[in-house]
Amino acid sequence: MSNNPHESGAEQQRSLTQDLDSVIIRFAGDSGDGIQVTGSLFTQDSAAFGHDVSTLPDYPAEIRAPAGTRAGVSSFQLNFSSGEIHTPGDRPEVLVALNPAAVAVHKHELAPGGIIILNEDAFDKIGLAKAKLQNDPREDGTLSEFQVFPVPISTLTLEAVRELGLGKKQASLCKNMFTLGMVAWIYDRPMDGLLKQIDAMFDKKKRSATEPEKYDVLIEANKLALRAGFNYADTIELFASRCRIGRSALPAGTYRRVTGNEATALGFLAAATVSGRPLIYASYPITPASDILHELSRFRHFGILTVQAEDEIAAIGMAIGAAYGGSLGLTGTSGPGVALKSEAIGLAVMTELPVVIINVQRGGPSTGLPTKTEQSDLLQAMYGRNGESPVVVLAPQSPADCFPIALEAWRLAIRYMTPVFVLSDGYIANGSEPWRIPELSDLPAIDVTFPTDPDTFKPYGRNPDTLARPWAIPGTPGLEHRIGGIEKQDVTGDVSYDSANHQRMVDLRRDKIRRIADDIAPIEVDGPENGELLVLGWGSTYGAIHHATRNARARGLSVAAAHLRYLNPLPANLGDVLHRYRRVLIPELNSGQLRMIVRAEFLVDAVGLQKISGQPLHMREIEQRIAELVGAPNAQSDNDTNRQDYTDVEHRTH
Amino acid sequence: MSNIALTRQDFTPDTEVRWCPGCGDYAVLAQMQRVMPKICEEMEIPRENIVFVSGIGCSSRFPYYMNTFGFHTIHGRATTVATGLQLARPELQVWVVTGDGDGLSIGTNHLVHCLRRNVNLKILLFNNRIYGLTKGQYSPTSQQGKRTKSSPMGTIEQPINPLSLAITSEATFIARAVATDTRRLQDILLRAARHRGTAFVEILQNCNVFNDGAFDSFTAASVRDDRSLYLEHGKPLIFGKNRDRAVSLRRGTPEIVNLAEHPDERLMVFNEASQKPGIIQILAQLNEQDFPVPLGVFRSIERPVYDELLREQVETAKQHLGVGDFGRYVNTGDTWTVTPDNKNPN
Ligand code: SF4
Repeated sequence: MSNNPHESGAEQQRSLTQDLDSVIIRFAGDSGDGIQVTGSLFTQDSAAFGHDVSTLPDYPAEIRAPAGTRAGVSSFQLNFSSGEIHTPGDRPEVLVALNPAAVAVHKHELAPGGIIILNEDAFDKIGLAKAKLQNDPREDGTLSEFQVFPVPISTLTLEAVRELGLGKKQASLCKNMFTLGMVAWIYDRPMDGLLKQIDAMFDKKKRSATEPEKYDVLIEANKLALRAGFNYADTIELFASRCRIGRSALPAGTYRRVTGNEATALGFLAAATVSGRPLIYASYPITPASDILHELSRFRHFGILTVQAEDEIAAIGMAIGAAYGGSLGLTGTSGPGVALKSEAIGLAVMTELPVVIINVQRGGPSTGLPTKTEQSDLLQAMYGRNGESPVVVLAPQSPADCFPIALEAWRLAIRYMTPVFVLSDGYIANGSEPWRIPELSDLPAIDVTFPTDPDTFKPYGRNPDTLARPWAIPGTPGLEHRIGGIEKQDVTGDVSYDSANHQRMVDLRRDKIRRIADDIAPIEVDGPENGELLVLGWGSTYGAIHHATRNARARGLSVAAAHLRYLNPLPANLGDVLHRYRRVLIPELNSGQLRMIVRAEFLVDAVGLQKISGQPLHMREIEQRIAELVGAPNAQSDNDTNRQDYTDVEHRTH
Repeated sequence: MSNIALTRQDFTPDTEVRWCPGCGDYAVLAQMQRVMPKICEEMEIPRENIVFVSGIGCSSRFPYYMNTFGFHTIHGRATTVATGLQLARPELQVWVVTGDGDGLSIGTNHLVHCLRRNVNLKILLFNNRIYGLTKGQYSPTSQQGKRTKSSPMGTIEQPINPLSLAITSEATFIARAVATDTRRLQDILLRAARHRGTAFVEILQNCNVFNDGAFDSFTAASVRDDRSLYLEHGKPLIFGKNRDRAVSLRRGTPEIVNLAEHPDERLMVFNEASQKPGIIQILAQLNEQDFPVPLGVFRSIERPVYDELLREQVETAKQHLGVGDFGRYVNTGDTWTVTPDNKNPN
């Protein structure tokens, strides 16, 4: 992590001249304040400037929660860095707050000594009352551990765009650009990148508008506000000096920024491209998966068909029908939708058709926390069907990783003729990071063969290597046959109620999935090959685990990390790896679902770190748990003075 | 497709049919196997392009008994699987076989949406007004008061009217047939096959084990001419063994007119191509006790078909944006390049 320049308040302000490794900044305000746009623009600019970036948006489930209230606060956190980063960061070092509610909600998470830039115009009686604040936090001492920079953002924004004669409401909507201008000044960012971003943002709107000219004045207003914010910060020298963050050493290539949902959609598009099969995506709107439907709906010119189905069951039914017809039948949803689809997924297991189901997990049970993240659907994906019903389960570990995982899902589904689950989550789906754009020729091949020879065709004959049955599609002369959800006779595929046959088919379906373990990458370990502690994770906790374990090693602790992208089957070498460490820690955003599987499969006494608050895991939480387990007294990652103690501990435990 | 004309045998697999002896389903199967060669020849469809998709229930075993591609899915969801298949492969002729439990209880939602979308499917709803496969519970089409195993004191539920629901769902082809009326059933199956869009056919089918004689009051040979009304396009609504009575709608409410007594009665001519639901809705809802039961084609109209609209969008998008190219797409827009020496050319 970065050297924190903001550690001890005002005296150290001048140290801001120093070059920083990274900054974690959080924009917060009312959900009508354009916070997501501000964060998104600054992220894009940071990435284009050459930083590694990782983002965490957080917004209310209600579309329009009452303005000014705590429930209505929307935020966007960005970590940008000169080094490699995999998380949006635990605690913001800078909080830009457009109203009192934003301060009230977010101040607890700000790093000690952090900076708050706040819109002082919003701190009037009404603003404080809406935020349910008895006293003005600027005066009551609750912000004393931070450096507070009050700026009359509303007034200055109105002033900046006055010449355009906009209405007050429209004019004050530009205050997010004013804040962006200030932030650009602080981080020594040239204006032109952001100005171009504003043009690009409105270009999209203009293209679909009936009166595109009416946007010209808005573009002008946004640019004026942006410049005014920059100039204001420069004139009053908002901070004693500006900060410079070096460019990151990302591997050479062309990049674009993607959210997890975007990368997922692109991965599916790539699967259709490399397999040469048409893709049909049937889905019912559900948070946080709907963006995949939106993205894929824009790919009509690729021949991608999307259907907004009447319900979750119809969506999986259509995907199964499409797969039966030889297309890539795909559906996406979140946990509640998976619950509804379960019976149909069982049908895909029985008929051994390639169907991919993406579950963008959210807080549960029931409606739960639609806009918050959780990893609590692992056991649902593994076992949430009637009967012995094994499927492949994959999980991307970051937003950009959704791309290769989506492709891999299709490779396995088709090669093994099986349904495949992809477990993304809200954190990955909405978070973003740079994605190195691959060459089409670098993508894995997905081979599709449909049988055509009636003389050798057996509906449930199997490929001896993969145990896959043939993908025999309607329209093939002489291959007319019937499939369905009733147990199949081995080889012939006829209906069979025979008990020995049932046993055999259950075993075959199980073995088919198990064998995939030999066709997937073994799990890799980051850190020592054996030792004191292995931290094993899956899905979106990757970044936090990766950094936490590296920090622990930097302190001399014998801690390794390994991350599962394949949950079923598990990599063939996992048991081996687990047994090479004295202890195994499995941090999860659930009450121990992977841990349950690992303990059952490998008889390893793994311990857990459970967090089910709707929020992602933080590095410091993992570091703390590591410290507990390997005996270190204190795990403040950003406090290097403890290094000596850690080293001592290690001597003791070895 | 081979040039040798297909026969009934080509559609008969060597599978043992397992419906109860005497079940009305046999009659439908026989007519389907008979009419299929005709359909294939007339529409120039090879056998391998015919697919039967079903849900769960006695009638849903149908695909096993047709020597075509077939998919026996899960309860209520046949229309969804068939929709996915039809969108993937518009050249296929996809038939859905469902029942009053499968299609009008657990699967009603899908049926309604399939009809309003006008997906190019042929839906056969076997209505026997009972749950057969689960051994005799009342169904959503069972008449009120019906005593069954799950309603020993009689059902207290208003039955659903399949045709009325289809009309409300904006179906473009709606028909009702009686399983045992072989000639007319064949006609209707042929017409359903020809229809572009969703064809919805209710087939009244006797379950001789759990609901025997459910339709006898208007289908038995001795009464059917007097108790049923065959809808014919362009003809008045005349019925009766002696063709001496008619259903008149002239006075707002339906009534039976005795033509011998009222030879001057001006009779409405039935128009199956009418876009308006008024007349057919009244006919669909005629009270079975007091009126003859209308049979035949209620509606046959044209409306854009779902998969064609979807593919039109694909073509339009290709015209506007060019044929999608993965490499070009991902490299367009907000991208940036990192060079090996890490000098970002911003
Ligand atoms: S239970 Fe009724 S509907 Fe089912 S097969 Fe027997 S007779 Fe036919």
